[in-house]
Amino acid sequence: MKILVAFKRVPDPNDDAPVGGGALVSTAKSVINPFDQIAIEEALRIRERGEATEIVGATVGAPSVDEQARAALAMGVDRAIRIDDSRALDPYAVARILRALIAKEAPDVVIMGKQAVDDDSNQVGQMLAGLLAWPQATFVSKIEFLNDRKRVRCTRETDAGLEVVETTLPCIITTDLRLNEPRYVSLPGLIRARRKPIEILTCDQLGMTVRPLTTVLSTARPPKRAAGTRLQSVEELIVKLKQEAKVL
Amino acid sequence: MAKTLVLIEHDRQEVKRPSLHAITLARQFDGEYGLLVLGHRLDEIVKSLVCFGASVTMVADDPALAEPLADRYATVIADAARKFGATILLATSSTFSKDILPRAAALLDAPMVTDVLAIERKDDSIVYRRPVSAGSMVTTVTVDSDRCVLTARATAFEPPEANAAACPIERFAVAASSLPNGMQFISREERASERPDLTEARVVVSGGRPLKNKETFDRLVGGLADVLGGAVGATRAAVDAGMVPNDYQIGQTGKIVAPQLYIGIGISGAIQHLAGIKDSRIIVAINKDPDAPIFKMATYGLVGDLHQIVPQLIETLHKS
Repeated sequence: MKILVAFKRVPDPNDDAPVGGGALVSTAKSVINPFDQIAIEEALRIRERGEATEIVGATVGAPSVDEQARAALAMGVDRAIRIDDSRALDPYAVARILRALIAKEAPDVVIMGKQAVDDDSNQVGQMLAGLLAWPQATFVSKIEFLNDRKRVRCTRETDAGLEVVETTLPCIITTDLRLNEPRYVSLPGLIRARRKPIEILTCDQLGMTVRPLTTVLSTARPPKRAAGTRLQSVEELIVKLKQEAKVL
Repeated sequence: MAKTLVLIEHDRQEVKRPSLHAITLARQFDGEYGLLVLGHRLDEIVKSLVCFGASVTMVADDPALAEPLADRYATVIADAARKFGATILLATSSTFSKDILPRAAALLDAPMVTDVLAIERKDDSIVYRRPVSAGSMVTTVTVDSDRCVLTARATAFEPPEANAAACPIERFAVAASSLPNGMQFISREERASERPDLTEARVVVSGGRPLKNKETFDRLVGGLADVLGGAVGATRAAVDAGMVPNDYQIGQTGKIVAPQLYIGIGISGAIQHLAGIKDSRIIVAINKDPDAPIFKMATYGLVGDLHQIVPQLIETLHKS
């Protein structure tokens, strides 16, 4: 079984994004999107169980994204592919590029994060599944292959609680937080990663052109909620809630 | 002129009320809007949908649609959008719409904007405002396409009034045998709760890691919620520790709430959690750490031991 994991470079969500004059100044260090780290980890565990033979990492972006491709290789991905594109792409453009790559790579399963923590769109996996006419399992917290890996059973985290679905293969799976806890990169992993290939492809080479259909005009901090009052006692809180806030 | 089709969500018994908030956004576009509902045995649900001022309520009622499987739902929704001539396909943000609508967008060859907070008119085009990076930033986005797909944040739009004359109902046949068949529904965790739905509740009481275990969480967070007639929420840490199920999680990747009163117990205020509560009218924070970030946005803060404060609060409220 061949797995393709798709990942995105994002600013480290644990750093505060610094802002100057209303514009976003990205000085934060970059990481693999945390949900995509979970996708990579799951692919590694599937391979370690002997259920996958190859894991291909795929990403779309500028040459700077090679840093994250290298990190994916250090985690244990066998080889990485970066589709070279420095434009501000939208999820639908990324989905169309990944579809072209998947036509070339023919994986049995595609795993990626349910959303990128910078953009929070939560679209690419589902769009890709639609473009390929493959089944999908989104927001997944458990994966189990059945019937000699002809089917996969996934537990999904939904607004109403946990839901279990089964799909045929090939399929698209998007990961939720509780699927696993990604491993730290080991020193031998880092050393091995230096010898692993990062293939650079262009949309041209994939025989396609793509134009983003949405454009971000501006980014700003939303108005801040002002801090309120520190109270001393439960009695005081109840009085405030009754008389000032009028919510009791 | 826009032609907007609003996908309505239900739980097989009744319409999920937050899903109606998307109608309020639909009314802000020039032009007519229709409603769309998919499922099986929908008669009661359809009846509850006809008075929202839509030009039509489109209904796909078929045993093949009994469960919301993304592959077949997206196919039927895209067909309905074409039939209606929709320029905008819209639903309230939820795990239901986020699962299915991006797939429908791809089938319609349309871009999508997630979690719309507001729209503005700029020259001849529409600009969408949406949160990014766990709500720490808001972007404005334009769409360059004749057709687009949107999800709307329920907390950013008021519930619509149902005071219009009944609209026509258009039932359309589903060719069940030609639908995608790669997904199968196996089971859903059914959990009956006496408490109101988290995203609709007037009061939300939420707990974090310091509650330590399920028993303490239920007694303190659940106990306070019950005396206030509220819903129970939690941080990611509390869910990860197994104190409560996943659907209690509030925040960037969980639910977004905006109740009249939110009470956070033992919650320090990770940005991902604050993203899910910051539009609450009144925020109360109870935490022993005076420097916890949540105090920076709380309307009222109480610094102290939750094991003393919360039982006292429950007892006092019980008496009054």
